[in-house]
Amino acid sequence: MATLWRFTLFLCMLLMACGGLSLASKEAKTRSSQTETGTHNTTEEGGHGAGPITTLPIVTWKWDHISVQYLVALWVLVCWLCKLLIEANHNVTNYIPESALLICSGFILGGMIWGADKVQTFSLNPTVFFYFLLPQIILDSGYHMPNKLFFTNLGAILIHAVIGTCWNAASLGLSLWGCHMGGAMGDLDIGLLQYLLFGSLMAAVDPVAVLAVFDQVHVNEVLFIIVFGESLLNDGVTVVLFNVFDAFVSLGGGRINAAEIIKGIVSFFVVAFGGSLVGIAFGILISLLTRCTKNIQIIEPGFIFVMGYLSYLTAEMLSLSAILSTTFCGVLCQKYVRANMDESSVQTVKYAMKVFANGSETIIFVFLGISAIDKVIWVWNTGFILLTVFFVFVYRFIGVFFLQWILNRYRLVPVELMDMVIMSYGGLRGAVAYGLAVLLDEKKIKEKNLMICTTLIVVYFTVILQGITMKPLVMWLKVKRAAVAEVSLLEKITNKMFNHTLVAIEDISGQIGDNYFRSKWRHFEEKWMTPFLMKPSARKKQDDVFDVFHQLNLKDAMEYVTEGERRGSLEFVRNDSAILDFKKKLEITDMIGFLCSRDHIPSVSLEMHEQTMKAMREPEAVDVHHLLDQHLYKSRKQYRHGFSRSDFKINRDEKEVQEIFQRTMRNRLESFKSAKMGVSPPKTLVKYSKKEQQEKVKTKRGNKELDSIHSTDFEFSEGDSASGYDSSYPSFSMRATYRPGGGIENPAFMPDLYPTDLLQEIPPWLAEGEPDSSMVAPSLRAQANLPNSPMEMHRLGLLPASTRSTDTKQMNNDQLPPPPTPPPPPPPSGHM
Amino acid sequence: MFILFESLDRDNRGCLSPDDFEALGGLAMNPIGGRIMEAFFSSGQDTVDFSSFVRILAHFRPTDRNRNKEGAQQELPSSRTRKLKFAFQLYDMDRDGKISREELLQVLRAMLGLQVTEEQLQSIAERAIQEADLDKDDAISFDEFKKSLEKTDIDTKMSVSFLK
Repeated sequence: MATLWRFTLFLCMLLMACGGLSLASKEAKTRSSQTETGTHNTTEEGGHGAGPITTLPIVTWKWDHISVQYLVALWVLVCWLCKLLIEANHNVTNYIPESALLICSGFILGGMIWGADKVQTFSLNPTVFFYFLLPQIILDSGYHMPNKLFFTNLGAILIHAVIGTCWNAASLGLSLWGCHMGGAMGDLDIGLLQYLLFGSLMAAVDPVAVLAVFDQVHVNEVLFIIVFGESLLNDGVTVVLFNVFDAFVSLGGGRINAAEIIKGIVSFFVVAFGGSLVGIAFGILISLLTRCTKNIQIIEPGFIFVMGYLSYLTAEMLSLSAILSTTFCGVLCQKYVRANMDESSVQTVKYAMKVFANGSETIIFVFLGISAIDKVIWVWNTGFILLTVFFVFVYRFIGVFFLQWILNRYRLVPVELMDMVIMSYGGLRGAVAYGLAVLLDEKKIKEKNLMICTTLIVVYFTVILQGITMKPLVMWLKVKRAAVAEVSLLEKITNKMFNHTLVAIEDISGQIGDNYFRSKWRHFEEKWMTPFLMKPSARKKQDDVFDVFHQLNLKDAMEYVTEGERRGSLEFVRNDSAILDFKKKLEITDMIGFLCSRDHIPSVSLEMHEQTMKAMREPEAVDVHHLLDQHLYKSRKQYRHGFSRSDFKINRDEKEVQEIFQRTMRNRLESFKSAKMGVSPPKTLVKYSKKEQQEKVKTKRGNKELDSIHSTDFEFSEGDSASGYDSSYPSFSMRATYRPGGGIENPAFMPDLYPTDLLQEIPPWLAEGEPDSSMVAPSLRAQANLPNSPMEMHRLGLLPASTRSTDTKQMNNDQLPPPPTPPPPPPPSGHM
Repeated sequence: MFILFESLDRDNRGCLSPDDFEALGGLAMNPIGGRIMEAFFSSGQDTVDFSSFVRILAHFRPTDRNRNKEGAQQELPSSRTRKLKFAFQLYDMDRDGKISREELLQVLRAMLGLQVTEEQLQSIAERAIQEADLDKDDAISFDEFKKSLEKTDIDTKMSVSFLK
């Protein structure tokens, strides 16, 4: 039903789009015709109405004003709606990658427009593509690049990017030319240089396509980073090759001599390194900028985007490699930006980047589909097209295998054969190739349309066919998949230790290895770059293990809160099993369970929730950290006693509970004032609470104590729970206060119960005559004892009456027996 | 390898003593340099002779993946288990077969620098043990260690290429 609804909505949008488009094109046509005829018309002045107006128009149709903007926005909307439709059903996306489906929707849309207009009014314009759609994808890739992995495999990546791409280009161009000479393609007007040019634009593995396809197939990270890194870095080569051959084609074959070729090679280095340097420069600028933006945190995230885009444009302006520039900008600035900016800004950047990148990707693929539905560009030459596809495929395999075989000899952990197959298979061509093809000058290259056509077919072949078959192939070849990214603290610590160990071993053996460079870089970075680029406050928090710890804590806190909010009040009580999983392996019942079971005292639990929420909002505050530390710390301890139910809380909650406890006590005791209890009880209570805080006591029996007393009121059935139960005193107070309005007396008893020597394993009811002198109990009890007048008694009787009938009866009956008397279980006076 | 050994052995006694190791400046800067040194000197001996030196270094040979026979793998010094054992020994200074919290704390203290407070270190150690400790004995045995690191690519992380 929902999909149907969405589909109709989509159709309406489409129809509107088509209507608008045809209207727009008609307007455009009429306007152009008007300009041609030279009639001076008000429409030319920006379309302020058609012709002289005779009366005041209330509403006018101002299409011309905003036609361009409207179309842009509408197209973006339409593309994203396509994505929405596609993602509606996950069954389909499991088999067919989203990119393929987007291209197909592009076909459909293109068909509709073609049907409406008889001419393809929309296609993937290279300018729009290269300047508005591509930069954010590259920036996103750079910013989220796993740096360590990237630089570890940088050698392999570079070799593949440079040599691999050159090989692809050369081999493709030459083979096609050879076939042309051999007559396989019939009558085509393409020379060797043009073939080489075509080869160069066809050679580049496309980052957008690679990302789109590999995203859904989670291959192991080494494999992914080599392919992806290659797709990013080969832009340097592609730009050079394309420009060089383009220039050669313009120059004509005759004027190419050694000088030109050398210039070509030199230009490669200039373009590649120049582009990287521009990127690095902008990366440093961004880092420096974020260092000072503490006061404008609200627009802090925007800087990354603007500067990233500027780096792209600057490189483009200097005819250097723009993709390389943006990539390195992102790669460099990620660490410092994340450290310098506020946590919320970091999140903003992360999500905004994803929105832009993903959105652009969607638009690109849809338009790739639309662009195909254009009769003008379709020139079919079976030989050319099929041979191109074939050669592209085969030469990729040859290139990758050969290069990787050589590289494996120098690698510590060689890349497996199956991985190599996937690497070759993952050499997808995409929109970059298409964009370059459209940029070809048709005056120089007569067969431009054929080339565009071929490029599109190759793109479709790789993205759709190879995309669909990638996942089955990966599974069939049993390629190692990506590990789930859950890193435990121990792993992190050990990893670090390995690093140090390796450095040490290298030291001992006196050889310089990988790790030597890495540690040298680390030292350099720590000494020079970090102080320069990172805020001083951020510098202090720089530590891997600590970071992981912090992240794990944050994660736990969030789970804790979500669980707490999700769970109902009584579920916890009835559930004996663990409730909140902090980590999958551990099963610790959380305090949330406990808290939630007290839902009938919403104020307290909500307050606690709020506390936690507040705590969540300042994740950087060491306070929270501390808080979590203690929290986690304690819960582990508890767990270790093998007990699932714990009455355990966060420190702050303790204080809070005590405050409430004190408040209520004070209220209650006000009424005792006549009995000369006046100030002392509160004081003792205060003392009590202080003592509580100082002592971290195990309260094994204490719990049972409380149980017996509060059994009627607490839903807690603690029959078995008393054993091995490690909660601290606060739980008592908490329980007390949690009682619906009546828990006041309980504190009175609590002090009684409060076991100073809980460490001893004496059941409370057996341990008679051990009232803690520092405890409140005696005082209150004593006070209770004090009133000898019937009135006092009565009053006293009244107090407990609301809560524990048994108690009061006992009390009343026994004339408040002296505190130490330990009645059997139910009675409250369970002293030790 | 022997040349290397000889170059380290400054007083030419045919075996290495702690001073020889300390002479390597790099080790001094290494936060766990001391522990690594200890690893070379197995149980109480004062000196390392050539064979033990080689044996220890052999831990760092890249695991030969082609030899996938299960049985053979276990005996090779460079096999994953042996590497893990070595790593375990780096933690477990008193060689009691378990990493106690105190030992973990020491390692953390060494590796984590001054900006982390003692309490935080405690918590980290606590947490690390919690995650790995399956039999709840408040210490990490070798099996638990192995289990918690099963996802890590030990082979890559503990191999030095020139030792092939």
